[in-house]
Formats: sequence, structure tokens, C-alpha cells
Amino acid sequence: MRKSSKISAVPYVIWILIFTIIPFLLVIYYAFTDYNTGAFTLNNIINSSNYLPVLIKSIILAVIATVICLVIAYPLAFIMSRKSEAVQRVFMMTIMLPMWMNFLLRTYAWMTILEDNGIINNILTFFHLPTVQLINTSGAVVLGMVYNYLPFMVLPLFSIMTKIDKSVIEAAQDLGCNQMAVIRKVVFPLSFPGIATGITMTFVPCVSTFIISRLLGGSDCYLIGDLIEEQFKLKGSGFHVGSATSLVLMIVVLISMGILNQFDSDEMEDSIK
Amino acid sequence: MKKAFSRIYTALCFAFLYVPILILIIFSFNSSKGATWTGFTVKWYGELFRNEAIITSFINTLIVALVASVAATILGTTAAFGMHAMNKYSKSTMRTLTYIQILNPEIVTGISLMLLFAYFHMTSGFTTLILAHITFCVPTVVLSVLPKLRQMNVSLYEAAMDLGCNRFQAFTKVVVPEIMPGIVSGFLMALTYSIDDFVISYFTSGTTSQTLPVVIYSMTKKQVTPTIYALSTLMFVGVLAVLIVYNLIDIRFENEKRKAAGARK
Repeated sequence: MRKSSKISAVPYVIWILIFTIIPFLLVIYYAFTDYNTGAFTLNNIINSSNYLPVLIKSIILAVIATVICLVIAYPLAFIMSRKSEAVQRVFMMTIMLPMWMNFLLRTYAWMTILEDNGIINNILTFFHLPTVQLINTSGAVVLGMVYNYLPFMVLPLFSIMTKIDKSVIEAAQDLGCNQMAVIRKVVFPLSFPGIATGITMTFVPCVSTFIISRLLGGSDCYLIGDLIEEQFKLKGSGFHVGSATSLVLMIVVLISMGILNQFDSDEMEDSIK
Repeated sequence: MKKAFSRIYTALCFAFLYVPILILIIFSFNSSKGATWTGFTVKWYGELFRNEAIITSFINTLIVALVASVAATILGTTAAFGMHAMNKYSKSTMRTLTYIQILNPEIVTGISLMLLFAYFHMTSGFTTLILAHITFCVPTVVLSVLPKLRQMNVSLYEAAMDLGCNRFQAFTKVVVPEIMPGIVSGFLMALTYSIDDFVISYFTSGTTSQTLPVVIYSMTKKQVTPTIYALSTLMFVGVLAVLIVYNLIDIRFENEKRKAAGARK
């Protein structure tokens, strides 16, 4: 079975080559060439570093949203992981249900709530209170990110916590740990791989979004994703500047994943074996 | 006390997740366009079904999702077999490549495919859209079939051969049923990814091949319209129905497995 079936991976290898590696090389090619002359240039990269404030803002908002997600999701995942199997099944379903609804519609829901004459401001007017500016702020963008990607944080945490052996927790309790000590000394270290996965799955879409910032942030909140999207819609020279910006974004994502992989599951798995 | 806290906390989390959706549902039955309640109506649903852009794009979405996820399932499953037979080094290279495709920001995948199609002068349309969808669907299939192959007992395959099966029979009668759950869940995941995708479709679809999320996006850029609320409500009900059916099947499957395991003892 072994030797002959290795060949069946060939179509996939070719597919990766054409649709992942060549496109990636094209991004690099466009990033380092001039639109008019086609000659090698660093101008696109240097130009895109003009947008450094935009990149920094994207990273800051994404970090804030990821931290909020982690803080909300961790207790929820822990509480649920201690429930019966039937409750867990219903829980999984209720977490996944909003996730499966298109995220444009989910973001749209918040537009309706936060708008200048949206639901919150209507309620305020009803009680004769002054209206507040909610939409087109950074806060609205962070809220949108948290709302959209919270399930991506909950699910990996939940799945790793259900795998923690009950007897390990009981042993800790027998040895005199109280509830807090159990969480701090047993559950937390064992859930590290789940935390790393959760952070990656939340941070990457947050830092690269262009929809949430456009729908909830308006012109006030222009992120790196918006920049890339705009450049590519320009075509022509936009391809070159956009590619350079995408390359910068990819490097940011790779660095952040490199940091997270310090605590990655592979090592843990090996050490358990 | 502790129990009360965890109950309240869970309730608050679910309120956060569901109140916005509930608001969409309520306002889909509102007779005026604003965010104040003026009376009950179902006219927005009628308008939704008369909206040609939405109906065509919905059909487009289904066609693309079906073609892409079937192709991805075939490509991904064969790939998983091949990767399973590889030596440690090439296998881990392939796995890394597969993970990178999943973890890459969607916008980067979208623009890099857009560059590829532009470079080879392919006009955006159904072909580019389906190729793009297959590309992001295959890794999920690979990653859901691969663990099933690893869990499979190799001696089962050998036993089938000892008992007189030829290679093909041993494969179809032993190996395939054993990894079927992985293939099915990979297919379903590919299908939902494809239906739900906006970002990559946005960069690779042409004007004739717009999917539903792309049309929704162009609608959200304009003024607030309750037709979108009606669409959201229908989507919510649809997803809810699919999830319930899926879980019922899963529960039955688990029970049968448990029964079978009991009988074996």
C-alpha cells in the first residue's frame, strides 16, 4: 500500500504549486518591481512604510480585541467543559450558530444598533437623554471584532479543556488546592495550546479585516486591510503598492505566529509521549 | 454562589452573541425603515424574493459551493492518502504547507489569487471563482481526513488481504468505511466555508458570477434596508435547521457506535 499510494498526493502538490506558491511569488515580484519600468525597486515597500501608522493602529486594535476575546472566552469555556455531555453538545451548537451566519450580516446587526439614529440612540432619545456617537469610532470596530471572532476563541479553548483529565483536577484538590489554585496551577498550563490556537484564530482575521473597519469604523478607522483592498481595486500601480503592503502584513502575521509557536502543541505532545 | 455566578456569566455571554441577531429578526417584521417599531409586516420578505440580484447570487453561491467542495473532497482525500504514505520529512513539509494556507490572512489569499489570474489574463468569472474556492477548501479536507488515517489500524487492511480480498476490495471495504467520517466532515466543512466566504470571492469573482455574500456587501454599503434583515432571518433559520439535523444524525451515529462496541464485548 505504502509506495504506490504516495503518488496520489501528486495532484495536491501541483495544486499547491499553482495556487499557493506561484501566487505568493507573484506577490513578491509585484512588491519589488516598478509599475512603469518593471525594474527592481524598493519604492513600493518604502511607500508602504508611509502607512506605518495605519499598520500600527491595525495591530493595536487587533491585540485589544484578541485580549478581550480571551478574557471573555476563558471562563465560559471552563464553565462549559465541566458540564455533562448533553449540555456540552447544546453549548457547541449555540456557539457555532452565530459563527455560521455570514459575518457581513452579523456586522450589519451592530450597524443597526450603533448608528446615529440606531437602536441605542433611539432608546436614549426616548428617555430624553442626549445621543452619543457610537458608530465610526475605534471602539465600535473593536466591538465588531470581538463579536465576530469570539467563537473562534471559545472553541479551541473548550476543546482543549474537555480533554483535561478529571482525575488530574481531583488529585490537585486532594493535595489541598482550592478552586483558584486548581485553575492557576493545573487548568491554565494544560490549556496553553488551546490559548495559542485561539489567539492565532482571532488575531489573524482581526488584524487583516477591511469589512468591520469599513462598516463600523467609517473614515475614522482606516486599517491595513482597507489599504490593501483599495490598492487592488485601483489595479495598475495599485497591484505593486498593494502587494508590498500585503507582504508587510504577512510578515507581521508570521512574526506573531512565530512568537506563539514558542508554546506550541508539538512540544507538549512530544513531552507527553 | 459560585454556581449562580457561572450561570449569570454564561447567560451574559449568550445574550451578547444572540441579542444582535434577535434585533435583526424583530426588525425584519417592522413596517417602516427606521430603527423604531411602527407595526408588523411581512412585505420585506416579499421584496426579498422579488430581488433578482439576491436570487441569482444565491443560486451562484450554491453552484460554486457544490462544485468546489466536491472537487476539494476528492483532491483532499487522495492527498491525505498520499501524505499518509510519505516519510516523516516530506509529510511534515506538506502539513506545514497545508497549515500555512489555512492560517494565511484571507485578504492575502484573495489578492494573491487575483494577481495570478490577472497575470495569466484570465477574466474573473465562474472559473476563477471555483478555482479559488477549491484552493481554500482542500486544506480543511486534508486536515480532517489525515487524523482518521492515522487512527486507522493497519492490520485491518492486512487482515482483509489475508482473508482473500484483493487490494481494491480491501481498500473499498475496509479503508474507506473506516475513514468515511473524516471525509464527510471535511466535505461539510468545505461546503460551509465556501457558502460563507466573502473576502476571497470579493477579489476573484466577476460581475456575472457574484456570490450572495458579495451582493450582501454591495447592499450594506448603501442605505439600511429591512430586506437584509429578512435575509438574515431566513439564513439564521436555515443554519439552525442544518445544525439540528446534523446533531441528531451525530447522536444517532454515536449511539449505534456505542451499541456496537457493547455487543463486541
